[in-house]
Formats: sequence, structure tokens, C-alpha cells
Amino acid sequence: MTSAATLGHLAADSTTAAAESQGFLSPTGVEVAFLLVGLVTFGAAVVTVTTRQLVHAALWLVVALGGLAVEYLLLTAEFIAWVQVLIYVGAVVVLILFGLMLTRAPIGRSPDADSGNRWAALTVAVAAAAALVWVVVDAFRTTWIDLDGPAAGSTAVTGASLFQNWVLPFEALSVLLLAALVGAIVLSRRAKANHVTEAGRPTGPNGSGKDGVR
Amino acid sequence: MHLAYPAVLSVLLFCTGLYGVLARRNAILVLMSVELMLNAVNLNLVAFDVWLSKAAEETLHSGQALTLFTIAIAAAEIGIGLAIVLAVHRNRGTSDIDKLRDTAEGPDGEDPGTGASATGPAAEKAEATA
Amino acid sequence: MTTTTLAVLVPVLPFLGAAAGLLLGRSAPGFARPLAVLPTLAALVLAVPVAARQGGGRAVDAVTELTPTGSVPVELALHIDGFAALVAVLVGCVATCVQIYSTGYLRDDPRYPSYAALVSLFTSAMFLVVYSGDLMVLLVGWEIMGICSYFLVGHYWETSEARAASLKAFLVTKLGDVPFLIGLLALATEAGSFRITKILGAVASGSLEHPTLIALLLLAGVAGKSAQFPLHTWLPDAMAGPTPVSALIHAATMVAAGVYFIARLLPFFQASRAAMVVLAVMAAVTMLGSALAALAQDDIKRVLAYSTIGQLGYMTGALATGDRGAAVFHLLTHGAFKALLFLAAGVIIHAAGTNSLAAMSRMRGLRDRVPDAYWTMTVALLALAAIPPFSGFFSKESVLVVAEHVATGHTGNAPGAAGWTVLLAGLVTALLTAAYATRLWLLAFRGRGAEAPDHGRQPVVMNAVLWLLAVPSLALGGLAFRLLPDWFDGHDLTPTLTTSVLGTGVALVGGIVTYGAWRHTTARAARLPLGAVAAHPEGDAALVEAEAIASHTPAYGDIAHAPDPSDPGRLLLGPLHRHAAVGFHLDAVYTTLFVRPVRAGASLVRFLDREVVDTYVRGAGTLPRVLGTAVRRAQTGNVQTYVSALLAGTVVLAVAAVLVATGA
Repeated sequence: MTSAATLGHLAADSTTAAAESQGFLSPTGVEVAFLLVGLVTFGAAVVTVTTRQLVHAALWLVVALGGLAVEYLLLTAEFIAWVQVLIYVGAVVVLILFGLMLTRAPIGRSPDADSGNRWAALTVAVAAAAALVWVVVDAFRTTWIDLDGPAAGSTAVTGASLFQNWVLPFEALSVLLLAALVGAIVLSRRAKANHVTEAGRPTGPNGSGKDGVR
Repeated sequence: MHLAYPAVLSVLLFCTGLYGVLARRNAILVLMSVELMLNAVNLNLVAFDVWLSKAAEETLHSGQALTLFTIAIAAAEIGIGLAIVLAVHRNRGTSDIDKLRDTAEGPDGEDPGTGASATGPAAEKAEATA
Repeated sequence: MTTTTLAVLVPVLPFLGAAAGLLLGRSAPGFARPLAVLPTLAALVLAVPVAARQGGGRAVDAVTELTPTGSVPVELALHIDGFAALVAVLVGCVATCVQIYSTGYLRDDPRYPSYAALVSLFTSAMFLVVYSGDLMVLLVGWEIMGICSYFLVGHYWETSEARAASLKAFLVTKLGDVPFLIGLLALATEAGSFRITKILGAVASGSLEHPTLIALLLLAGVAGKSAQFPLHTWLPDAMAGPTPVSALIHAATMVAAGVYFIARLLPFFQASRAAMVVLAVMAAVTMLGSALAALAQDDIKRVLAYSTIGQLGYMTGALATGDRGAAVFHLLTHGAFKALLFLAAGVIIHAAGTNSLAAMSRMRGLRDRVPDAYWTMTVALLALAAIPPFSGFFSKESVLVVAEHVATGHTGNAPGAAGWTVLLAGLVTALLTAAYATRLWLLAFRGRGAEAPDHGRQPVVMNAVLWLLAVPSLALGGLAFRLLPDWFDGHDLTPTLTTSVLGTGVALVGGIVTYGAWRHTTARAARLPLGAVAAHPEGDAALVEAEAIASHTPAYGDIAHAPDPSDPGRLLLGPLHRHAAVGFHLDAVYTTLFVRPVRAGASLVRFLDREVVDTYVRGAGTLPRVLGTAVRRAQTGNVQTYVSALLAGTVVLAVAAVLVATGA
């Protein structure tokens, strides 16, 4: 969709020259695909935050996240796309479903899924969206992404960048994950230990005293 | 590809998540909305990274690296968040955010003087027992 | 050592003694007595050579400036002329006697260390006043004396009389000190210096613009400190303090400081004839009123207090006639015999267990119980009554002589009217003085009735001090009146025949008339039992005195006088007795004029504060309270509401920022 000459223009100067060669209302094939998948993604997201059935919300979230993975692919960031599928769709959503079940979320329509704050929330969200869309469109009206040439997000490129330039943050991130793991275990286990102690020693001469101390 | 497409999509997803965070009652649904917001940011990062890697010949790929970090942190966040929600649900029997109002002021229409005097000793007693 | 070094050490030694006494008094009570007596004694020993070296010649002047202090410099200056040297010896002598006496008088007092330290501090301040050549430094000593007097009058602070008396003494003297300070500042501004020598130089060159105004302002402070009319009312009440304190502070030294101050600056006061006339009238009113009041008092110490006021009146009278030699001569002899009178009165109060003359007049044989006090007090009373050849005769004669000289126009030092005023008032006061001295002696030592209680021997130190002071009371006047003019201005202090005959004659008349009245009334005394004695006669003298003072009002209905029909003073004064007993209602007048308006003002301020100011304060609190209630309603505890508000604000701010950035 762009030529080598356009690339040179883009790199060298501002994008006014490129805007002449790119019709604003003449979308290319990738743009059309992006637009369609984007619509699906946005729709799924809207359903996620509005549906009254909690489990459906989680499932619609899968659709939205999957749509995003497709968008990543269209933006030539293939490694990110697969990570998105693996972690979000594979892990996070499963975790959320577990959470819904453990908190005994009602199956089926629950009439009180939205709080009384919804109209204020809607106002704020719409205002924020309007402001942001206005700003973003105004700012990047004449900016094009050059998707030709070698993929910008191939696994080789991402890996090289990650392990050449981002090694230290990457390792720090592993510590963070470890901490999160320990934290999650501690948060869950402590309540369980309490429960076990109370169940194991329901009556005792000094049971209540120890509870009081603890 | 026009940069406005991913940017606008990102904005819309972010505001959808925003609405979910503000309007949803169930804490897990709020967490899901937070995930939507994070993903909107991720889309932004990826889009701008691809643009800059070509337009400015940037080879650091900071956008993609940050995206990976965000995904990892989001995974950690959802784990911790769910653990907290489970603990709250176990202790309170509910995970509805608008029912967790321990930080609220006293009942409406109460006289400030008596309200202060009523909450003062109660707070002291709570401290003493703690 | 040079004279200057010696003179500097004189005030410093008692000050160090006071500091050490205050520091060590609680931890090492064994040192309290040496620390009290020795520095004062050393100061006396040093003051004597200072006086000997000065010798009445040129004044010793030394000055050093520690640091610049603005437009008019404040300097540490010594100005020792003959007056200063001799007054310092008197102060050292009386202070030493009082310190020695106090070791016996306050034998068992738990607060003795702080008492002795305060007396030492007072002595140091008095030395400072005497030697200082700089008025600002003099004022420092002046105020330290005032605060020491406050503390010492309130030594028996357990009794309400002592508390009230100390407050009254402090407030009344401060009432005089405020104009005094203003006057000092005005004087220094006009003369360009606080140095006495420079001020006197400015007076000599006639460069002062408002001598009358400044002199009257200074006179207010002098009247407060020297207990002159109309600010004298604190002195009789100050007798609620321990007797040694009365002897040192309220008889011999501090109250003489005002007289001494005028004596130092007399040329300045002479520059204003109006001030001299005011001074003469003040002296005359003080003399007559206090002598009449003294004749009606029942408390032996109050008699002596009014007597002190009257004798100070003689001194101011001498100053009003422009002769400071006579004034300081009387100051010296009076300091000696009045200290003796007070100390002997302390012994008598201890022995009798009461301070009431009415009660003493119903005791037989009191003089046999305290022979030392009896003989020494007789000497001192004769000196007070100005009977030759006792010292009071010569000094009082010198006052009368100068008054007569001024009245008859021999000298132009002062207006003739002032001379006549002082002369007449002095003669009448001499009569009254002899009368109340005789009354005191008769009532205290010639009582009839029950045997006086036996409280054992008085401490040796107390009696020894009495004899020590009896010597100058007896002989100082006769020995010194020829020598003193060398030290003073050179005016002759020798008695003249006219005034001697007149003065001694009226004194004898006063004494004889009182004796006759006493013979007439004493027969009734036996018929009316009266009197109360202390509950703990075996205690030390201070305890007995405190109890005597505290029990006077319950026993007689008043702190000053007793309803005793056998009192010769009652017969002599007739209808005047009732008014004289309460000091001619001056306290009542002050209550009406000052105390009540102040109290009314205070209650008005209280009302305004409670009802008016507080209303505004409460009203100001209402609006924030209403606003707070409104804000409280926003605190729902719903986190989503908070986040909504937060994000809405963020959006608004972001839009505003964008609009500003794009210039829209």
C-alpha cells in the first residue's frame, strides 16, 4: 500500500507530502480487514461490560481478546499476537472463570450486574472517548504506518530486542512474577489456615484465647 | 495503514473498559474491564512501535517489549486481584464493590457533634481490641 | 587592690553568695548559714576601706562600657562620693547584723536557704544602687530590690496576710516605678547620658528643658520606694514578712533608696522649685499622718513601720530644703536605730508570743524575760524620740536646723515656704514621735497582769546583734556630726541652741503627756482581759511571729488595731483614733478609686469576651460546619463513585490542557 518513495518522505520529512499519495478515504485491504476485526472486537468489548450474564461476559471477553490478537497479526506483530492468545485467552480468562465460580456467581441473568453508578460512568466514559478520539484523530490525521518490508514484530526481531536491550527489566519482571505468585498463595492460604485451625480445634480451654491473640 | 485506525480502536476499547470499571458491580467483572483497558494500551504500544520502527528506523522495539511486560504484569495482577476478591468474598459473603463501604461517613442527617462523639469511643475501642 | 576593684567586689560578693545559696540550698543545707553570713560580712569588710580611701575627697569615678546600646549609652559606672561610701558601710553593717540575727531567728525554718539567698541578693542589689554611677544600672538594682522585697514579704506565704501584703507591696511600688522609668528615660534623653556625673554637669550648664516634669515623674518612683504619701500604704502591710526582713529592707535600706536617689541627684531636683515644694508638702503630710497613725496601731511592728515612714519624711523634708548632708546623716542614724528597733521587736514578739501591744500591756515582767532587748530597745526608742545625747537627736537636729535656715532665709537652696512647712511639720512630728515611742515602751515593758510566759533564753546571736547595733544608736550622732561634713557637702551639722531646745522640749512634752495618759488609763487594763498568744511558743521566733500575725485579725477583728480602752493613744487622739488606726482610710479610698473600677473593668471584659467575642467565634464556626456536613455526604464509601469523580476531573483537566495547548 505504500511505496519506497513514500517511506523516504516519511522518514525524511513531515507527512504532508505522504498525505497526497495516500487517499484518506481510499482504504487498502489491510485497512478494511483491520476495520472489520476492530468492529468485532469493540462490539465484543461492549457486550462484555454490559451483559447481565456474568459467565457470558467472560466469554465475550475471549472474543474481544482474540480479536485483538488478530489486530496484532495485522500490524505484523506476530509474537505478541501468539503471546496474547496464550496468556490472555488461555490463562487469564480461565482464571477469571475460576474466580466467578469460586465466588458463586449466578449462572444466568442477574438483574443487578450494574451498580447505580452506571449513568455517571457512561457520562464519564463517553466524554473521555470523545475527548480522546478528537485528540488522537487530530494528531495522527496524516500519519501512516508502513507495513511493507520485513515484519516489525517477528519472533526473531522481538527476541533479539528483548534479550539484547531489555534483559535487566525482563529478569526484574521474573522477580515480580515470583512475588505475585507468593502473594497470591499467601492471600489464599492464610484464610484457609484460619479455617483449618478453627475447624480442628472448635472447642478448647484456651482456644478462644489464642484466637484473640492471633 | 492509517495510524488513526489502531489509535481510535484503542481509545474506544479503553473507554469501554473505563465504563466497565465504573459501572460494574461484581468485582470480577471490574477486573475483566481492567483487562480491557490494559489491552487497549497494549494495542497502542504495538501500533506505535510498528510505526516508529519503520518511520524512524527505531530498532529498540521498546513498544513490543513493554507490551510483553504489560501482559506479564496483567497476569500477575489478575492473580493477585482474584486472590483478594476471593478473600473478601470469603470474609464478607459478597464481592459486590458497592457493598464494601467501610470507609463511609456515618448515617446521613446525623448531627456532626454527636456523630463525632459516637464514632470517637467506638474507634478507640476498636483500637484497643486490635 | 585599687579602690575601684574593692568597690566592684562589694556588690559582687553577696551576689555570688546568693547564687551559691540558691544552687546549694537544697542539696547542701549545711552550707546555707556560712554562705549567707560570710559574703555579706566580706562585703562590709571591703566597704570600710572603700569609705576610708574615699575619705570625703574627690568622688571615685570608674566606667566601662560592655557593649554599645543604642543612642544613649548604658555603662557600668561607679560613682563613689562621701554619701555612697558611708551608705554602703551602713548597708553592709545592717545586712551583716540581719544575716547573723536570721540564723537564730529562722533557726528551724525549712525555707531558710532560699530566704538567706534572697537577703544576700537584696544586699547585692542595694550595694549596686549605692555605688552605681549609671542610672540604668541603678534601676536594675532598684528593681531587683523590689522583687526581693516581694519574695521576702511573702515568706510566710501560707498566711493570707503575707500573700496579700507581698502583692500589695509589689503593685504599689511598681505603680511608682513606671513613672520613675519614664522619668529616667526622659532625663537621659535630655542630658544625653545615664551617667550621674554627666547629668549633674548638664544641670549645672542649664541644658535641661523640662526639669519640673522629669522631677515629678522621678518623685513618683521615690514615693513608691521610700513609702512616702500617697504611695506609702504598702509598708505597714509589708510587716507581714519576717522581722529581720522588716529591719533590713523595710526600715534601714531599701526604703532609704528613694531618699538616697534624690540625694544623689539633688542639684537636678533643685533646678525645679515646684518639685522642691511638692517634695516638702509630701514630706510634711507623710510625717504628720504617719506619726498620728503610729500612735493608734496595736501591732508593734506596724508602729515601727509607720515610724519608719515618718522618719523617711524627715529625710525627704531635709532634701526639700536643699541639704542632702542632713538627709543622709539622718538616713545613717535612722538605719542603725530602726534596724535595732525591729530586731528587738522580733525578740519581744518571740518572748511574748504575740505582736499585739494590747496583749503585752497585760503581761507582767516581760522586760525581765528579755533584758537585752529591753535595754537596747530603750536606747533605740530614745534615739527615735530624739532625746540627747542619742544619735537620733543630732541627725534630727540637723534636719530642723537646715529647715530653720531655709525658713528664715539664711540660705537660698530652697523656697522659704518649703522651709516653713518642713520646720513646723518636723516639730509637731517630734512631739508625736516621742509620744508613740513612749507609748510603745510603756505598753511593752510596763505591763501589768499575769506573768509573762517563759519561753527560755533567746538565742545568743540575736542578743549579740542587738548590743552591736545599740552602739551606733547610742553614739553615732554625737561622734559623727563633726566629722560628717567632711564627707558630705560641707554644710555644718552641729545643732543650734534654738532648735535643740525646741525639739527636745516638744519631745519631752510628748513623752510626759503620754506617760500621764498611760497612768490614767492603765488602771482599766486589768479589768478587761484581752489578748491572744501563739499556739506554739516553743517554736523558733519566725514560727511564733507568723502565728501571731495570722491570729491578730481573728483575735481583734483587724490587723492593725485592737479595741483596747486602756490604750493611752486612744485617750490622746480622741475622735481621731478611729481614723488613724486604719491609716486615715487611704486604703479604702484606693479601693474605691482603683480596685473597684479595675474589678468592674475585668468583669466587663469577661462579659464582652464570653458574650460578644465568643458569639462571633461560634458564628464563624457555623459556615464551615454546614459545608462540612455537605462534604460528609459525598463520603459514601463507594469506591466507584470516587473513581468516577476522579476520572471526570481528569477528563476536564485534559480537555482544558489540550485547549490551552492548541490555543483555542
